[in-house]
Amino acid sequence: MSLSTHTTQDLLDQLQSGQLTSTELVTTCLDRIDAHDERIGAFLHFEREPALQQAAEIDRRRQAGGTLGALAGLPVAIKDNICANGTRTTCASRMLENFVPPYDAHIIERLRQADAVLLGRTNLDEFAMGSSCENSAFQQTRNPWDTERTPGGSSGGSAAAVAAGMTPLSIGSDTGGSIRQPAAFCGVVGMKPTYGRVSRYGLVAFASSLDQIGPFANDVTGVSRLLEVLAGHDERDSTSIDRRVPAYSQNLDQPLDGLRIGIAKEHFVEGLHPEVEQAVRSAVDVYRSLGAEIKEVTLPHSKYCVAVYYIVAPSEASSNLARYDGVHYGFRAEKFDNMIDMYSATRGEGFGDEVKRRIMLGTYALSAGYYDAYYLKALKVRRLIRQDFDRAFEEVDVIASPVTPTPAFKIGELIDDPLAMYLTDIYTISANLAGLPGVSLPCGFSSEGLPIGLQLQAAPFEEERLLRAARMYERETDWHTRRPAMNSNSAS
Amino acid sequence: MSELTVDDVKKVASLARLKLSGDDIARYQKKLENVLSYVHLLDEVDTSDVEPMAHAIEAVNVFRQDEPRDSLDQAQALANAPQTDGKYFLVPAILDEA
Repeated sequence: MSLSTHTTQDLLDQLQSGQLTSTELVTTCLDRIDAHDERIGAFLHFEREPALQQAAEIDRRRQAGGTLGALAGLPVAIKDNICANGTRTTCASRMLENFVPPYDAHIIERLRQADAVLLGRTNLDEFAMGSSCENSAFQQTRNPWDTERTPGGSSGGSAAAVAAGMTPLSIGSDTGGSIRQPAAFCGVVGMKPTYGRVSRYGLVAFASSLDQIGPFANDVTGVSRLLEVLAGHDERDSTSIDRRVPAYSQNLDQPLDGLRIGIAKEHFVEGLHPEVEQAVRSAVDVYRSLGAEIKEVTLPHSKYCVAVYYIVAPSEASSNLARYDGVHYGFRAEKFDNMIDMYSATRGEGFGDEVKRRIMLGTYALSAGYYDAYYLKALKVRRLIRQDFDRAFEEVDVIASPVTPTPAFKIGELIDDPLAMYLTDIYTISANLAGLPGVSLPCGFSSEGLPIGLQLQAAPFEEERLLRAARMYERETDWHTRRPAMNSNSAS
Repeated sequence: MSELTVDDVKKVASLARLKLSGDDIARYQKKLENVLSYVHLLDEVDTSDVEPMAHAIEAVNVFRQDEPRDSLDQAQALANAPQTDGKYFLVPAILDEA
């Protein structure tokens, strides 16, 4: 087995005991990227030397007996919409193709303090808008389990990189499922924390009331170790919550006594692939066999979540993306008549189709005469969706559901039908609207050999319980240990 | 509700400062209309006594001391700009020459 497919905890133990150096580990990861990424396309850009220098420095400090951070020597790949000082951050957009941030995001500071090695920058749908990486201005990431299929999105590069064993850990952002959906499609573990648990400072904004940064790993322990580093208060993000960060990994292996699992009938309706339903129901049976109480809950407004999301998210995006004006940073069109035309030409040429569609949708929903009917209405239904969850979490500790209605779809399959693409987010969006933490973990494979994800959601700030519940299932199953067969580079 | 006309799309593109070709406008009109007709699903929800919810985790105002602190220097602030003179961001003329 290649080093880069070991679990996070294995690698940390080996690094600490001296069986493995960070230089060896980072070299293995970089070699694997070299060998396979021409085919997978997970990374937009990476630099070998700086990563190896970081690794060598950590090895040197370890040998000298110095105190090291919580992730010392472990490589972490970063979604290319999170700013790191001096590292190009493109958002997979022509608009930011040459943008080099002059500062570190909060989570980049945290990773540096933890002595993680920043491995490279992963592909995404432009500005994190999409569910397949098809909206990247630069390349298509392919699903390591079947390269005809998408890895999901928007954090598809980060999910594919972990699945392909190119890195043990990676970072994504989740606005409507952009961590959990690619985790499910690629057969890895991905988590969206509670809104406000991780600082958004330095995350390029898409929809500010929904965006949240979170971890990917090949098991629940890896995700927990990474979340311990990412989480915590930061005064530069005024929506970041000042609350103690539990040691998520500490009691992870202790099963939860009297765990109550909720199943919502609204999650098992038309459109759900029978093999996905079967895998999720079997996962619930595993919990039952472990002594968990399974209760039916109702989320009567869940059928509205996609409609609410596709008003709220584009509205916020239309405002956030107003900053791309061809003046302060980023792309500027070459030909224009005057100042206003410069703005319009710059934005018309610099943004891709989906980004323009969403800006238009949001601009329309916020415009005079339509604001009440669309935006305000959506915010009211958003509260009803949250209230459904508040009631459900009086009865149960976590809600189990599918992550996606189907396994990974084919590249090109949905690209001409935005609404059908949006509807693939039906199970993940509500956690963003309601601010809840949610995790996706492997729970089976389709008859075509594609991974299937189990989603668990909990009440706000219940990450500790959520991760322990996820680990209970993971301990009983071996889905998370399966890896895609990685053939060497060849043009497909 | 009303359907989205080509003129609506042009107006929205202008408000959003997006220069679109005629082809783009036709394509966007159809796809945006699909999404808008879908979101009218919300019309069936009674929200008469519901307060809008802008944020899921509703934090109270967050204040900090109004004290100067380190920030980007001029060179850093200008480094990513498409056009500068080393001191200012440069933009096309915004006033007609007299």
